[in-house]
Amino acid sequence: MHNKSLTELAADLRAGAYTSVELTQHFLDRIEKHDGSLNSFITVTADIALAQAAEADAQIAAGTAGPLTGIPMAHKDIFCTDGVKTSCGSKMLDNFISPYDATVVEKLKAAGMPMLGKTNMDEFAMGSSNETSFYGAVKNPWDTDRVPGGSSGGSAAAVAARLAPITTGSDTGGSIRQPASLTGITGIKPTYGRVSRFGMIAYASSLDQGGVFARDAADCALVLSAMSGFDEKDSTSSEEENVDFTSSLDKSLDGLRIGVPKEYFGEGLDEGVSTSIKAALEQYKALGAEIVEIELPNTGLAIPSYYVIAPAECSANLSRMDGVRYGHRCENPVDLEDMYKRSRSEGFGSEVKRRIMVGTYALSAGYYDAYYIKAQKVRRKIKEDFVKAFENVDVIMGPVAPTTAFKVGEKKDDPVSMYLSDIYTLAVNLAGLPAISVPVEPVAGLPVGLQIIGNYFDESRLLNVAHQFQQATDWHKQSPEGFGG
Amino acid sequence: MEWETVIGLEIHAQLSTKSKLFSGSSTAYGSEPNTQANVVDLAMPGVLPVLNTDAVRKAVMFGLAIDAEVPDISVFARKNYFYPDLPQGYQISQFDKPIVGLGHLDIELENGETKRIGVTRAHLEQDAGKSLHEDFAGQTGVDLNRSGTPLLEIVSEPDLSNAKEAVAYMRKIHTLVQFLGICDGNMQEGSFRCDANVSVRPKGQAKLGTRAELKNINSFKFVERGINIEVERQIDLIEAGGTVVQETRLFDPDKDETRSMRSKEEANDYRYFPDPDLLPVAITQELRDSVRAELPELPEIKKQRFIDQFELSEFDAGVLTSSRASSDYFEIVALATGEAKLSANWVNGELASHLNKAELDFADSKVTPEQLTSLIKRITDNTISGSTAKAVFEAIWNGEGDTDQIIEAKGLKKITDTGAIEAIIDGIIEANPGQYEQYRSGKDKLFGFFVGQTMKASKGQADPAEVNRLLKSKLDA
Repeated sequence: MHNKSLTELAADLRAGAYTSVELTQHFLDRIEKHDGSLNSFITVTADIALAQAAEADAQIAAGTAGPLTGIPMAHKDIFCTDGVKTSCGSKMLDNFISPYDATVVEKLKAAGMPMLGKTNMDEFAMGSSNETSFYGAVKNPWDTDRVPGGSSGGSAAAVAARLAPITTGSDTGGSIRQPASLTGITGIKPTYGRVSRFGMIAYASSLDQGGVFARDAADCALVLSAMSGFDEKDSTSSEEENVDFTSSLDKSLDGLRIGVPKEYFGEGLDEGVSTSIKAALEQYKALGAEIVEIELPNTGLAIPSYYVIAPAECSANLSRMDGVRYGHRCENPVDLEDMYKRSRSEGFGSEVKRRIMVGTYALSAGYYDAYYIKAQKVRRKIKEDFVKAFENVDVIMGPVAPTTAFKVGEKKDDPVSMYLSDIYTLAVNLAGLPAISVPVEPVAGLPVGLQIIGNYFDESRLLNVAHQFQQATDWHKQSPEGFGG
Repeated sequence: MEWETVIGLEIHAQLSTKSKLFSGSSTAYGSEPNTQANVVDLAMPGVLPVLNTDAVRKAVMFGLAIDAEVPDISVFARKNYFYPDLPQGYQISQFDKPIVGLGHLDIELENGETKRIGVTRAHLEQDAGKSLHEDFAGQTGVDLNRSGTPLLEIVSEPDLSNAKEAVAYMRKIHTLVQFLGICDGNMQEGSFRCDANVSVRPKGQAKLGTRAELKNINSFKFVERGINIEVERQIDLIEAGGTVVQETRLFDPDKDETRSMRSKEEANDYRYFPDPDLLPVAITQELRDSVRAELPELPEIKKQRFIDQFELSEFDAGVLTSSRASSDYFEIVALATGEAKLSANWVNGELASHLNKAELDFADSKVTPEQLTSLIKRITDNTISGSTAKAVFEAIWNGEGDTDQIIEAKGLKKITDTGAIEAIIDGIIEANPGQYEQYRSGKDKLFGFFVGQTMKASKGQADPAEVNRLLKSKLDA
């Protein structure tokens, strides 16, 4: 059951091959059996999942089921879930039971998907290896000595290890695409504004975007269709008409113009990864696409720009974690200032503190123009690069990450080297574009992801381009040893 | 040395929207603590603000009313600081792109001249919650009902030269926002309050002196007193060789002094930056036009119209147009009775004094404009006398019914029937032969005695003019 696509699962459920309760129990059993070595879940909600599955079975029996009814899933622990602990990977929210559902949670609930639990993540989505989680590092199912990437590392590992058919994630600087790449699955970050941010705990509001992990693009298309849409509770959500992303999956790629930025193949890119990506591009040629070399001249400025804007926004976003109304509060505060200082010092981990301090500094009187305003100017330039490129090409392709999964602990104490691992993904968030990571040929047994970047609100094409590749290849069907059979 | 005072006011007017600036919670005053705070007001993780468009309309209306620039784009910014009654850890306000730009309004000075006061800007922002330090021993309670309530902060130019001008300006804004229906103006409930920036400089000096900011003053009286005391303090300080430091001060009306709250060095660096959760607010020409079409008649224009249309005195018209509710009340009664002067007297007299005593607003008057209208009609059609009318008004106020019901029930109708009055007079003369004889023999003063007796016997209902006439003819016959 755990190797089937969503379409197959839905068909089986309708045909009565098994019930949603059985299917859900199957995944709960797998979590029980395998997650000890992976640590991909922070909370498993078996009772909720089985109750929702029973409801789904009733709907299936009554003939009122939708395409996702009865198929279990898991949410990144950044999405608020009514009555369920929502920790965001932090000690700060270890005791936080959300009193409401995020819009994404509401939507997938309404679609009839039982929730298996909440997946592990880097603390407040800050990290590229899932090592900053208060709940411990997540291990990569392909090699448990290695990281699964981050920040949505738990969601990626869970899908790669077949502990859930699909999981949600969020992507602020690569947090869906990079872990998808490192764990050999498919992950899409939609256009900024496509998926409501309401109830998705904010890291950097102008960059955060919810998305989905699945094993292939067709499954992503199905779930993304259910997650997307304008939300009156999120002023930055787009009023763009919602589409069924599955409808154009089968379009031919004949004549597709693929832009390949030379800046994405420069120094720092692992040779093996480079070779795999280039092989994939050859595959696209065989599918009828045309490769066009393009320039994204401001690529190198993405990291400095991102590491001003994201910390600046997070420094304010995390101010509400003050120990007053919810979350961690220190023992026996002597006065208000003591309560603030100790609650926050104890509740936040070091990466979060680092970014809050960087952001606070960047917004301070006398530094604001030099840092924040300058970074926003650079951001506009990066966006202009993409807008110009899309005048000539339909999609842009390159690597997601410069390397395959690195070892747990390898970069933990070297933040700059960690930041550099997001070099190809950050610019997409700064520009607000949609992008997807698709598994290509592994290097030394470790997965590699191809990044496909689309134009604004062009997710249908992205999914179509990814799906056609997956029709011609079977990299996405490979499973890590011990988790597939 | 001669000194000159420079004052600028920052007025906080709470916009009278049903829901908060960025959440759907009610803004009603006086509910149980924290019953009007939803997940957004509590700043739960993951929540997002959504702008209340009614607040935008009201701010635009204020801008149009003071002839200010209302720019195409305004931007919300986060003002960062920590306080328990500020759940987000930042206030959503506006910084370099406010919704209302430079405007002005005129105030009347005591010498009858008018002075134009510049309004630098007005911007939208959220109010904070309330910290309750008294209710819990050793702890502070936080009530978030007010948290997120929309405020319009109206910042004046430093154009005000003394406390009286400051009060005149504040009153003018107070009247205006109520006329526009954008703020209830209730100062007790904190719906309208101000900070005053006060500095002094030697007369003729161009450079401004260092200012102190008096925080959170919520009455006209305190504004005047607070400024005067602060000016005195600054002058005394400088003349004694000291210097004024830039700081925030509190006016304490009980001790009749201002005292330091925090100095500039202790001031927060608010680290303003554009709020990424909110799009820039686009004000279209269409919106400006539609708000302009809703703009009510402004107080000064209405006052002049009352003078012209109803031939009211400058004073009466001024008092009536000091609030929209009083001017509306008056106009309903004046038009319905056709007796403008009499209506003005009743509204500014009996009604205003009852409202004052009961601390009620015109809108909450216990005598409706319709009831006052019928009362005035009964005066003018001679059914009741003016003095009886006051008693009827009192009865309506006390909820005893409408004019005619009360007149009927209490038998207050004027007796104008000559025969009935004659019969009473005859009875009085018969009962008081001694007084009658004295009057007849020249003691004219006793006429008053007979009037009094007659009125008493008629329980005050006899028409006094008729009583006079008939008594004269009978006594002098």
